Amino acid sequence: MNEVAVNTETLLRNYILENYLFTDDQSKLNNTDSFLDSGILDSMGILELIYFMDEELSIKVLPDEMIPSNLDSINNLLAFIERKNS
Amino acid sequence: MIMCGIAGVIQSSSRMKTQIKESVLSAMADKLLHRGPDASGVYCKAGVGLAHRRLSIIDLSNGQQPMHSPTGDISLVFNGEIFNYIELREALINKGHQFLTQSDTEVIIHMYQEYGLDFVQQLNGQFAIGLWDDNNRRFVLVRDRVGICPLYYTLENDCLIFASEIKALKPALKNRLEINREALDQIFTFWAPVSPQTFFKNIFEVSPGQLIVLENNKIEKYQYWDWQFSNRDFWTISEDQQAQALHELLVEATRIRLRADVPVGAYLSGGLDSSVLVAMIHHYTNVPLRTFSLNFSDDSFDEKKYQSLLIDHLQTKHSRLKVATEDIARNFKQSLYHTESPILRTAPVPMGLLSALVHNSQYKVVLTGEGADEVLGGYDIFKEAKVRHFWSVNPDSNLRPLLLKKLYPYLNLPDKGQAAYLKTFFGEALDEPDKICFSHLPRWTTTAKAKQFYSADLNDELSGKSLDVMLNSLPKQLKNMHRFNRAQYIESKSLMAGYLLSSQGDRMLSMNSVEGRFPFLDHNVIEYANRIPPKYKMKGLNEKNILKKSMARYLTEEIIYRHKQPYRAPDMTAMTGDCLSEELRDYLSPDELDKQGLFDSKKVGFLIKKADTGRSLSVSESQALIGILSTQVVIEQFIN
Repeated sequence: MNEVAVNTETLLRNYILENYLFTDDQSKLNNTDSFLDSGILDSMGILELIYFMDEELSIKVLPDEMIPSNLDSINNLLAFIERKNS
Repeated sequence: MIMCGIAGVIQSSSRMKTQIKESVLSAMADKLLHRGPDASGVYCKAGVGLAHRRLSIIDLSNGQQPMHSPTGDISLVFNGEIFNYIELREALINKGHQFLTQSDTEVIIHMYQEYGLDFVQQLNGQFAIGLWDDNNRRFVLVRDRVGICPLYYTLENDCLIFASEIKALKPALKNRLEINREALDQIFTFWAPVSPQTFFKNIFEVSPGQLIVLENNKIEKYQYWDWQFSNRDFWTISEDQQAQALHELLVEATRIRLRADVPVGAYLSGGLDSSVLVAMIHHYTNVPLRTFSLNFSDDSFDEKKYQSLLIDHLQTKHSRLKVATEDIARNFKQSLYHTESPILRTAPVPMGLLSALVHNSQYKVVLTGEGADEVLGGYDIFKEAKVRHFWSVNPDSNLRPLLLKKLYPYLNLPDKGQAAYLKTFFGEALDEPDKICFSHLPRWTTTAKAKQFYSADLNDELSGKSLDVMLNSLPKQLKNMHRFNRAQYIESKSLMAGYLLSSQGDRMLSMNSVEGRFPFLDHNVIEYANRIPPKYKMKGLNEKNILKKSMARYLTEEIIYRHKQPYRAPDMTAMTGDCLSEELRDYLSPDELDKQGLFDSKKVGFLIKKADTGRSLSVSESQALIGILSTQVVIEQFIN
């Protein structure tokens, strides 16, 4: 994983941890944890996440891309961002 | 006839009858001054003490309490209204009873003398009653059917201590109040404790529809009324006939609620229910229309457009109160002193401000539309349950859950993949559609997310059985009811009685010496409505269809068919950023949170940080923030 990817991962992880799990304990979130199944994000959370990605990572999520396989875990997000950037 | 506050101390042991101190009773009554500023009274004798604060509404000169029978064997304190007291009085006179006053209080005494403990069955009204029967050495506490008038009690040192509000119990208590942590967990699940629990340990409410008898050193509890549903005999009566019958019952329920020797006003939200009430007053009585409404500086909560339609249509004399978002935090603490319970939404606060407007306009009584959604099937939770049940027949369908988007257009979900998201938010118990609380699980699950902020100590201490407590409180026959009626039952007994009529109802009215009256909660209306088949209450996804049908002739189509907007007040914006004063922030400081030990101060810190950065809080996060803050405030006000 290159440096940008590491930074992106850290940024996303900290965003989810601090804003949805209300902790800085890194062990509370695995990169494979489903945001939906584990109840980490609700509808507002998903829209917030999309807004955050636009603002902090300049990633624009199109309506067709707003599906769980793109957005539902840290790993899904990282893969989605990589596809968008390639 | 009085809206007021009652209190008292009754010794339960027959051996040790000591004089109840008048100073204690006076101190109890003083805590209820806001409920009854016009007069006070105290009665005490060996083993019995009764106290009363009075707000005069009917028979202004002759309603002093405690009231006694001429022979002195019955003594009574009473808060509320018996709306059919005129008819009951006439019937009693025909049976040979003689009356000294025109008040409904005296009617209760005679009803008890005539019918014993069955007296309550014939009362149509809202009431909390404490009655001492000296001949039988019996004390009776009774509360109205649905829980409009509050009534609390505790047992301490062989005494039953009771009062309209918990704060009024304190002067008689030897022990200090303590938090009931299980009840806190229930509030953080259902918005209110499961009756008879309260936020305070060993303090109980007399449940709606309950009568408690203290006699021979024993306490017996009777459920004299409950919500019962049966649709069978109504299938042969046409929808039009049912709408007409409902109409007549509502007119009568409204008419008798206009009985008062002071002017009566009405709340007008702009929604269907209050519009129906105001229209009925207009068409069926000679009472000049005087209405009051709330408006918000934040347009997304405001209903001025619909209020104005009705005001123009019926030409009412109207007063508006515009509530700015910052007013909510400013009045938060004062409101909590009256709710006596943590709250998860700020909605009660503006209701307290509205009753101040009523009070300042020299009005003491308002009619209000609460109860229509529970009685006639108006809430989104009923629609939601209907859609979820339809969906549960084919849980893998991608199309069926899309009906939920019709209910919640603001969810703004993406076009693709939305079934997966909807399943996450509303798919709770889809595989168990016959579960008793199927309708309420999504709401309870969302609310319970606030528990992630509990401290480790609190988590260890809690049994985690709030859901079981709720389920055990529900009657067994619920499972044989139609699922729509089941949802109505749960809603009426939990959120309506525990929160809407209490924290958001009586408490916000009585804090400014105003009495609310609720025609939709007339038990004759409820009992009839409970027999109307669910398909007429909600036709497709058209809520309160039968009410609209029965009242369409009096209202404009724009009001009848408007999209339902539940009453809400700004939550998150009112409790974050500049609105949240330093004083309120102090309650959320790590020191204060750790001192109480209920919440994880670090997690709460992240929540406040998130709110302060201007990021939107989700519903459950906003509920958590308000719930945590209100818990801290109530503890300081009542325990520390």
